[in-house]
Amino acid sequence: MKMNTVLSNNNKVISQSKTKLRTEAVSLYYGSFQALRNISLEIPDRAITAIIGPSGCGKSSFLRLFNRMNDLIAGARVEGGVELDGIPIYDKTIDVVELRKRVGMVFQKPNPFPMSVFENIAFGPRRHGKNNVGELTDIVERSLHQAALWDEVEDKLGQSALALSGGQQQRLCIARVLAVEPEVILMDEPCSALDPVATLKIEDLMRSLAENYTIVIVTHNMQQAARVSDMSAFLMMEEDRAGVLVEYGPTSELFTNPKDKRTEDYITGRFG
Amino acid sequence: MRAGAISKRQFSQRTAFSLLIIATIIVVIPVFAIVLQIIINGASAISGDFITQAPSQAGKAGGILPAIVGTFYLMLGTILFALPLGVMAGIYLTEYAKENWLTKSINLAIVNLAGVPSIVYGLFGLGVFVLLFHFGMSLLSASLTLACQALAMTVTTSREAILAVPREYREGSLAVGATRWQTIRHLVLPQAFPGILTGAVLAMSRAAGETAPILVVGAAFLLPGLPQSPFDQFMALPYHLYTVAAHVPGMPKSTIWGVALVLLVVVLSFNVLATIIRLRARQRRLNA
Repeated sequence: MKMNTVLSNNNKVISQSKTKLRTEAVSLYYGSFQALRNISLEIPDRAITAIIGPSGCGKSSFLRLFNRMNDLIAGARVEGGVELDGIPIYDKTIDVVELRKRVGMVFQKPNPFPMSVFENIAFGPRRHGKNNVGELTDIVERSLHQAALWDEVEDKLGQSALALSGGQQQRLCIARVLAVEPEVILMDEPCSALDPVATLKIEDLMRSLAENYTIVIVTHNMQQAARVSDMSAFLMMEEDRAGVLVEYGPTSELFTNPKDKRTEDYITGRFG
Repeated sequence: MRAGAISKRQFSQRTAFSLLIIATIIVVIPVFAIVLQIIINGASAISGDFITQAPSQAGKAGGILPAIVGTFYLMLGTILFALPLGVMAGIYLTEYAKENWLTKSINLAIVNLAGVPSIVYGLFGLGVFVLLFHFGMSLLSASLTLACQALAMTVTTSREAILAVPREYREGSLAVGATRWQTIRHLVLPQAFPGILTGAVLAMSRAAGETAPILVVGAAFLLPGLPQSPFDQFMALPYHLYTVAAHVPGMPKSTIWGVALVLLVVVLSFNVLATIIRLRARQRRLNA
């Protein structure tokens, strides 16, 4: 590993854990517009990495590189390398469906499907060929426990997921991702539509999930990044509005002792 | 501000308002007038025999059962062809097709499909289904002809219903590793179903009312019995109405109005059905 041994603010030895995701001089274009420029970083396994930066700097676009969600946008084009466990995921031989099973995603706005709580969780496993009701019941229960939602919905499994509160819906969406047993969970501002109590619950959940999963979270909330993440990446726009990586390192260092003047200005609230 | 200026503004406001109300009333008067006239004049012709008997004496006596049944067969045959094709094309155009000159011209063609005069469809059906494919003057030829005409509607409504399903659902599904087809099959289509069904029912009710296209591909004025196979000729309500009204001398007026009433009931009941489906789907969404 290139980094020196450092402890994150969660006392985790970051530099010794292996790299899960890696970008190498990656650039992203939407048609002729360049959204990201030349970003290289290594995201450690079983830790939480936060992507922070002002609005429009390409945080979400960057996150969506890792499960190839940008592929859905007509005219999107990626240059440079993105790797999962050392495997280039933009290679022609990569099965995108298989990739997205390994790299799950939780969205800004909770998006439960208009079906029962049970069917929401079972949706992924069913699509991957699991149809045995007993097995599905086990998966649903395990996923809901993992997402710290079981106690609240135990007796509502047959009810519409849309009847849950916003915070519950978001944890349901996390459970839905967990049900397909991913290795990485991408979270795109997962708390921006939630109240502070629901936000804290999600943050606690993220900490417990980080024991077993690699989590990458985009957040516009710097307190949140400081609270939950082990590593932080600060992105900013250049004059042509392309996002660049300004600084990347352990969260404790980035927030207490930023190396770049722009990082310091941003985290002290001088802009953004 | 002078008082006169204000009252002048209020005057023009009231004038505009009254004009709009009058225009609205004028718009709905014909609808009520037509329905009322048909009910008043036609109700006396409606009887058990009228809807369960075959016609006799060139339609002057007996009933119109073969025309009612023929119209239902037509609606069924039309939707059998137009719905699957329309839904599949709708899925392709919304979910798979890339934006290029080909899809642009397909979209343009679909829009224009709706504007082609119905008699032109009839001639197309005569040339292709009756003569080229040797389906003859038959229920099958007529169903296919009407299906071509209904396609514009089923494609358009399917496409709109599919587009109305929120992008968030699709992303959520893809994000757990579902394929695009699985996403469509298990998430998008169930959501779009009420909208697609509404379009299908409206297409059927329109098919029930068409006269010109079926005229040249298999509708018969008088048949002793019901069609026994798709290759038989058939009677249909709108064509029957046209002939009894225009071509049979000495036809009792009440019979003509009676046929019109039955046709109206068939068409309107399908429109009402479409509305109910739409309202219930909306209700379900709100309750969910």
